[in-house]
Order: sequence, then structure tokens, then C-alpha cells
Amino acid sequence: MLNINDILETVQMIQDECLDIRTITMGISLLDCADSDIDKSCQKVYDKIARRAEHLVATGIDIERKYGIPIINKRVAVTPIALLAGVSGGDPVKYAHALQKAANTIGVNFIGGYSALVQKGFSAGDLELIRSIPRAMSETELLCSSVNVGSTKAGINMDAVAMMGKVVKEAAELTADRQSIGCAKIVTLCNAPEDNPFMAGAFHGVSEPDCIINVGVSGPGVVRAALARAGKDLKINEIADIVKKTAFKITRMGQLVGAEASQRLGVDFGIIDLSLAPTPAVGDSVAHILEEMGLERCGGPGTTACLALLNDAVKKGGVMASGRVGGLSGAFIPVSEDAGMMDAARAGALTIEKLEAMTAVCSVGLDMIMLPGDTTAETISGIIADEAAIGMVNSKTTAVRVIPAVGYKVGDELNFGGLLGGGPVMPVNTFAPDVMIHRGGYIPAPMQSLKN
Amino acid sequence: MKTIITIVGQDTVGVLAKASGICAKHNANIIDVTQTVMGDYFSMVMMADISKLTCDFSQLSEEMQQGISEMGLVAHVMHEDIFNAMHRI
Repeated sequence: MLNINDILETVQMIQDECLDIRTITMGISLLDCADSDIDKSCQKVYDKIARRAEHLVATGIDIERKYGIPIINKRVAVTPIALLAGVSGGDPVKYAHALQKAANTIGVNFIGGYSALVQKGFSAGDLELIRSIPRAMSETELLCSSVNVGSTKAGINMDAVAMMGKVVKEAAELTADRQSIGCAKIVTLCNAPEDNPFMAGAFHGVSEPDCIINVGVSGPGVVRAALARAGKDLKINEIADIVKKTAFKITRMGQLVGAEASQRLGVDFGIIDLSLAPTPAVGDSVAHILEEMGLERCGGPGTTACLALLNDAVKKGGVMASGRVGGLSGAFIPVSEDAGMMDAARAGALTIEKLEAMTAVCSVGLDMIMLPGDTTAETISGIIADEAAIGMVNSKTTAVRVIPAVGYKVGDELNFGGLLGGGPVMPVNTFAPDVMIHRGGYIPAPMQSLKN
Repeated sequence: MKTIITIVGQDTVGVLAKASGICAKHNANIIDVTQTVMGDYFSMVMMADISKLTCDFSQLSEEMQQGISEMGLVAHVMHEDIFNAMHRI
């Protein structure tokens, strides 16, 4: 028999604490769409997505109603388009338009997979696709792009790192009239997961089945509220226990929704991404969880330790609650998408250097950080290289999604609206890494023994 | 198949009547009701069997939310599985 307190707890989580399923993402393989004629290839891509994901949005809405739980996004992730561009040749932006058209037809919020995996080097299609990213992002709205430039096994492709600095700058310029929003849809990764349901890094890896459903859960507000109720006297290990229990409940809900979606759509259930994904909404912030643990402001001394505890406890609680776990799994620390992070940045408590340290223990990387418009491509490449090095050495996923907003300087505010949020332009270290970036080549893969 | 209807908000006359009326209209059989009033704050949890529902589940849900919000309260209509999933191992 159900307990009334349990029922009210769940209702309160949804009504007052912003509990939701962040995304149901359908991964679709496009390998069978490759054709040596690019126009035929694009048509096949459109047809397959429109067919496989035809009922995705309607099913999501139906499940939302049945369980009374908001499902914020319905998305599609596809095979890295560089693989198709390699077969067909031609202008990869044609694929971008085909993907945008498919996204419009099925009504999803985002489509990801304008991607290339170049950690060890470039093959046919990779260079063309990377060069076309700024144009593709400026000519589409719902398409997201990711490039994997490094991995623990392969090292870091520094030629790709140098290119990505330029790509980000060019995307900022091409979308200068829209606060450089093109950059919000481009992420540069190290150790990219192949089953990530979250944007902008979602793509459908080549080792994945033909079609699959992945679910990303959320709930920073629920964790923060649970810690607030617990009070200030608990030992820090008891805080970890509360996070574990809360993450368990959140993830069980994700498991239920994912299983139901996969059964209704007749598609295998892939993974649950055990994530704490913040939104700009008040009360849905990861920074506020860290502050609830006892920090005056996120970014101050103690932040990295609190985040490490949080990230680990979320995984421990979530793993037991779900059948199969994957994706990014952990706490996200985007600046523009998190009200607490924005405030901390405005107050000067949170700097890019501190965020970089935090990425060593969180689930992703430097995310949604607004930089001054005059930041050079080399500086952005330097930031990408640093972040990729943290991921490579620690065998974890790291990523960089920064927005060098054209015409904006430190302290100016951007506002993208929706889940992308907004926030202050943060100061960046301006000592130039130009010579290092212009060297090119690769950083060799690190030792996996003698760990110190 | 059972659903849990939760209503919270400022106490007012006729909340239970309204909710049970909507259930009866669509042939949802009420199995259990628990309600508490603390000060002016009203909370009610109702369990109903919806296996012989004469309309879509989403229609019942929408009508309930609409009807209750007109009285100034908030209603949640949720399938029981979500509670079992979250609170049972």
C-alpha cells in the first residue's frame, strides 16, 4: 500500500522543486543512409529520421500526462555526420539543412550529431565537416554540433584543437546579430560518450544499435530542498547519504519513463544518464546545492570538494535505481543555465580557473561560459587543450562550450532565453598560448600506470 | 490500473464533491480517500481504479486539473506506478 507521505513527497518534488525528466533522446543510426550522391544521402537521412521518430514527441506528451511528470525535451541524436560526408563528399551543410527539416517535421526540441570524432586524426569528411560547422550553426536553429578532439587512449589531436578555436570564433561572428548564439550549439569534447542524451554533445555512436531510447533525468532543486530540510548540523558524510537517496528516487522515475517510452515506441531502451542538469529557473541550480552544503558562494574555497561529493553520490544513488547507466552521468556546471552560477560569477566568486578545477570532479566541463568578444581563437584553443588534458589524464569526459560574444566585454550581460539562460561575460586570462597552439601535432596518450 | 489524485491548496467548500463528481462522470471508482486540513491548508489524496474508465486517461487528468484550479487549488493526477517506482525497492 502506498504511504501518503511518499505520495505528497513526490507531488512536492514536481510542484515546488522543479523535478522533471530533462530529455528523452532517440538515437538513430544513419549508417545505412550513406550514398555517394549527397542529395540522395540527405533525402535518406530525412526519411529515416521522420520515420523512426515520427511518434517520439506524441509519446513523450502521453507519458507526461499519465505520470504527471514534466518531460522537458524530446530530442534526436544521429550518427556523426562526418561519416556520411566522407562517403558522399560535397558540402556538409546540406546535411545540416536535412537534419533541421527532419527536426521541424517531427517537432523535436533539438537534433544532435553534426559531429566528427577526430581524437587520433582526420579521415574523409572530417575536415570538411569541421570547417562547415560555423555556417551550419548559423543557418539552422535546432541542430547541435560536437567534435571529439581527444581521448585517454589516443591522446589529444592538437590540429583539431587549433581548428576548433577558429570554428568557435567564426560561429560567434556569423551569429553576432543573435548574441553569438551559434557557439551555444557547438561543443568540443574529450572522451565523448556515444550514448549521451544531452545537447550539445549528443550523437549516436557507431557501436550503438540502429535505434535506441536514452533518458536524461534532472532534479537539482530536489536535492537542494532535501539538504535544506536536513539542516546545518549534519556531518558531510550524512549529506552524501541524503544525496544518494534523493538521486535514487529521481533515477527510478527516469527508469520508469524510459522503459515506458521504449515499449510504446517499439525501440530498445538504452541508458539513463544520471545527471543533475540545472535550468535557469529559480530553485533548479547545482550551485545552490553546493551553497546548501555550507559554502557562502559557489566558487569559493571548498567548492571542488563539495562538487566531488555531489557528483559521486549522484552516481552511487542512481546506479542502483536503473538497469543501464551511461551518457555523462553526474553534476553539470554550466554558467548561463544555472541561476546560482550566474550570481556567483557576477559576485566575482566564480572564475574560469575555478570552473576548470571543478571540471576535474564533475561530469562534463567548461559549459556555457560567456567570454569577451575580443577573445582570440588561440586563447579558446588553449582553453580547449587544458580541458581536454584534464579529461584525458583522468579518464573522464570533459568538454568546452564557450561563447565569445561579439561586441560584448567583461561584465556585460547576455540573455539567450529558455533553457540556455544568460549571464555575465566572464574575464579570461589574456596571456597568449599562440606559439603552442600553432605547433599542431598531437599530445601523446598518458600512462595508465604509475598514477600519482 | 489505479491512479492517485492529489489536491493541495487553500481549503474551500466542495473540493471533495468536485473531485468525486469528475471521477463518477468518467466511471473512475474511488477506492480510498485521505484528507487533512492544517489551518487553512487542505491536502487530499484519492486513489481511484481507472480500469473501466469511459474516457481517455488524459481527459480525466485535464478535467480534474481544470475543475480544481477553478476553485483555486492544484490537482495532480498521476498513475500509481510512479509512486511505486520512486518509493519501493
